[in-house]
Amino acid sequence: MDDLLREFLVESAEHLDTVDAELVRFEQDPNNQQILRNIFRLVHTIKGTCGFLGLPRLEALAHAAETLMGRFRDGYPVSGGSVTLILATLDRLKAILSDLEATGAEPAGADADLIDALERMASEEAPTAAAPVAAPAPIVLPQILERELKPGEVSLDELERAFMEAPGPDDDAGEPALDAFPEPVPEAFAGPAPEAATEVEPVASAPAAAAPASAPSEGGEGPVTKVQTIRVNVDTIEHLMTMVSELVLTRNQLLEIARRHEDSGYKVPLQRLSHVTAELQEGVMKTRMQPIGNAWQKLPRVVRDLSAELGKGIDLVMSGAETELDRQVLDVIKDPLTHMVRNSADHGIEATKDRVKAGKPARGAIRLSAYHEGGTITIEIADDGKGLDLAAIRKKAVERNLAPAAEVEKMTDAQVAKFIFHAGFSTAKAVTSVSGRGVGMDVVKTNIETIGGVVDIATELGKGTTFTIKIPLTLAIVSALIVKAGEQRYAMPQIAVLELVRVDPKDDKKSTNSIERIHGAPVLRLRERLLPIVTLDGLMRGQATVEEGEIVESGFVVVAQVGRQRFGVLVDEVFHTEEIVVKPMSSKLRHIPLFAGNTILGDGAVVLIVDPNGIAKLVGQSAQSGASAETESEEAEAGDAKATLLVFKGGSGGFKAVPLSLVTRLEEIDSSKIEHLGGRPLIQYRGRLMPLVPADPSIEIRSEGMQALVVFSDGDRAMGLVVDEIVDIVEERLDIEIAADRSDLIGSAVLRGRATDIINIAHFLPLAYDDWARGPRKTVVKAPSLLLVDDSAFFRDMLTPVLKAAGYGVTSAASADEALGLLRSNPGIDLVVSDLEMPGRSGFDLVAAMREAGGRLAQLPVIALTGTVGADAIDRARRLAISDLVAKFDRSGLLAALAELGDTDFAKAA
Amino acid sequence: MQAANGNGIPTDTTDYVTVFVGETMFGLTIDRVHDVFVPAGITPVPLAPKEIVGLLNLRGRVVTALCLRRRLGLPSREAGAAQMAIGLEQAGETFALIVDGVGEVLKLGAETQEPVPINLDARWRDLSLGVHRLDGRLLVILDVNALLAFGDARETKAA
Repeated sequence: MDDLLREFLVESAEHLDTVDAELVRFEQDPNNQQILRNIFRLVHTIKGTCGFLGLPRLEALAHAAETLMGRFRDGYPVSGGSVTLILATLDRLKAILSDLEATGAEPAGADADLIDALERMASEEAPTAAAPVAAPAPIVLPQILERELKPGEVSLDELERAFMEAPGPDDDAGEPALDAFPEPVPEAFAGPAPEAATEVEPVASAPAAAAPASAPSEGGEGPVTKVQTIRVNVDTIEHLMTMVSELVLTRNQLLEIARRHEDSGYKVPLQRLSHVTAELQEGVMKTRMQPIGNAWQKLPRVVRDLSAELGKGIDLVMSGAETELDRQVLDVIKDPLTHMVRNSADHGIEATKDRVKAGKPARGAIRLSAYHEGGTITIEIADDGKGLDLAAIRKKAVERNLAPAAEVEKMTDAQVAKFIFHAGFSTAKAVTSVSGRGVGMDVVKTNIETIGGVVDIATELGKGTTFTIKIPLTLAIVSALIVKAGEQRYAMPQIAVLELVRVDPKDDKKSTNSIERIHGAPVLRLRERLLPIVTLDGLMRGQATVEEGEIVESGFVVVAQVGRQRFGVLVDEVFHTEEIVVKPMSSKLRHIPLFAGNTILGDGAVVLIVDPNGIAKLVGQSAQSGASAETESEEAEAGDAKATLLVFKGGSGGFKAVPLSLVTRLEEIDSSKIEHLGGRPLIQYRGRLMPLVPADPSIEIRSEGMQALVVFSDGDRAMGLVVDEIVDIVEERLDIEIAADRSDLIGSAVLRGRATDIINIAHFLPLAYDDWARGPRKTVVKAPSLLLVDDSAFFRDMLTPVLKAAGYGVTSAASADEALGLLRSNPGIDLVVSDLEMPGRSGFDLVAAMREAGGRLAQLPVIALTGTVGADAIDRARRLAISDLVAKFDRSGLLAALAELGDTDFAKAA
Repeated sequence: MQAANGNGIPTDTTDYVTVFVGETMFGLTIDRVHDVFVPAGITPVPLAPKEIVGLLNLRGRVVTALCLRRRLGLPSREAGAAQMAIGLEQAGETFALIVDGVGEVLKLGAETQEPVPINLDARWRDLSLGVHRLDGRLLVILDVNALLAFGDARETKAA
């Protein structure tokens, strides 16, 4: 394919896109001669070029379209039908062009259908002077009046010539002698060519400008103010960019040298060089930027077509089209934006009659806006439609098993709305040709996330939905944290970094954060969460897990989050943040998942850019437990499905476990600090004395070395459970298989394939403090009788001793029905502690039944245990006169709630 | 990209840049050589193929440095020993071939060229295009494309 043809293809595609957009505008504003002239000129250019290149099919089509548009210019009224016809013609032109691009030849085929239709429409009797449109334009054919700037008339011939002489790439194809590609205008052409050459503003795909020659009517009507442009090959710009980077580095070196030498005749010129370099750098960066309007160009047409297809009136309002961003980013968001606008038009905006019924304007509006905000660009796609049906999404999310019902229940609206980004998620009742197949929003999200962007949804039922996309201005330059691991420096993109935590060796008194180990795996306690730690140095040696002997004591933990996975990367040193120019990895190194690219720092050194996604993958593979930031706690709270347990070795090598939620702290103490008072082992702990109790009678408290402790606390009392070794934290479904007859054990279960004893903390607490059993609370005169309802044997077994220890008589029931039976048969029960989430009849059902039963049961105080405390649940609890809602694992909360009840109700009851 | 690099049997005379690794002299066709420079500030790349020494900054471009010794399966040079780099380009990427030293440019005709001896180590044979008989020594002509072809198999394996 020769250059001429290629050039023609590129240009024509752009022209057609412009015509598309302009036509839609023109349809709404048929009196605007400016737009019409613009359209006419572009189509004319295409026609002329086709004739020159010998493309008869294109020429005939363009000619027919031009004829009809000529009629518009003459005052023929512009109807929706005629615009649709022209748009269809443009589509045909595009199809032929794409074939032409693929094969190099115009495809065979006939366009008689369109041409006939166009001609028929063009030859229809136009309403004469009565036409309301184009009023001031005389209908006399060869002349068109230019009114805005020049009062004089310009003949059509002249205008034609002006079109043809207009500088800009338009003329390239029309001028056979010209095949040198970026050269804007041959010398022979008069006019503003020299200007074009000096004002280099190489916005690669901005619509070609032909403004100056046809200047007489250059008014404020244009969509985006047209600028002088030339085409520059992207490679040329990239090369320029490289050279400028090098210049910057050299400049930095020179400045460094000048700083060391006092005598400086150099100083002034160097300063100047420095300024020029900075400006040059900025200038080159700017050449990579393009207005976001380029990505929007097709949207008016898309919306118009959808509007026609779906039979809804939809207006697309765009603002901030001139906002600039890197062309690479632009390419990535183009398709997602189109998809989201289609979605808004199809799902967001209601049918016209529904809108009218809802008291809204009949025509829906989609607002697209873009603006800069810090180093990012924010794009909003807002519709004034019906909003997302969050109830339907919740239902669907549960149906599709994306999350347990209880969890979905307590999610915020924003969280629920995000379900639409799940693959295959669609709540559309009807699948239309446009959307509703559930394909797309997940791709949209993925696309945006790959460039480090985020999408948010705000929605209000009946009012509309707004999608907010935040993306970095450029991919080429990112802000990165420069860190050191081993002997190497690395750059970590700041977008993935949540925070930095300094860690010190554990024995350092000042240290507030230190890394602990569970069976060798390093973790960091960070605001009541355990964060898995990997060392960057280790990763670089190909180890995703940290080896036993490795020293992971001090340094900085870079807390990173990728998706829902959160982890800490231990580095030796953190230097500073730097704006780095991302360079792609060599093809020989691209297979290494750890690196996203490389860059040259200010001092000229090459450093590797660490890819947080790559680390996340490695971390995920090697340490699946506890890695998922949100799911972890959600699942633990979700109740009896799974429990997180701390596993330790205690007594004769056996494994024991205790629910992690009961544990306050894990400690390792120097056994020389253990004191014995009155025959009982104690240590000074946080300024107080803490009794130590062995987890098993066979455990001997060590007399030297380090002693592992599991600390439990209640109010200001604490107890240290002496164990041999802390092994692991596991999250598993608990099935107590063998109920123990020992009071120190609840039973045994299989955890991670090992038989493990679950210890009963309630047994140990009185061993530490004689009065713990009675508690520091007021002694209750008569032990109140309590009914504990929970479907899980584990929790019944765990809570019963705790409650007994607190001084209550405990009866337990495994279901709501059993509980009701017990309540009816046993009038001695003073209060009920019930789990809310139970299979079959829930805790709420139980309480509702009690309240309905009337009499004594209706008055009985109830404390509800729940895994999830949502607003709905609280509301419902209040209606059922439930005294208190306590989180399921919150033992002290339960005891406090009971004590409070005791102070009030039992006073009466007793 | 003409005459010499593809088939390796030049019809006319060809210019070769000579480089040294240990005692062996190698030749690279001059049209593949873009630069000769002293490598400095090489950043090692963890987990990289062993042939790759690291990345370096060559006038603002990040260049992948590979070691001819490691490519040929030779022992590493002693720490602190002199090294030179040859800038090569392939498919728009720049590579630096680290060698012990760089000699002069030789203009050689086809008459001194011999095919690669069949008893040569297989690894060497794959990387060589031929041998030139010179006065008192031999010049092994390196196949630049083969030299730079190592990562690909690895890559597909990893993918």
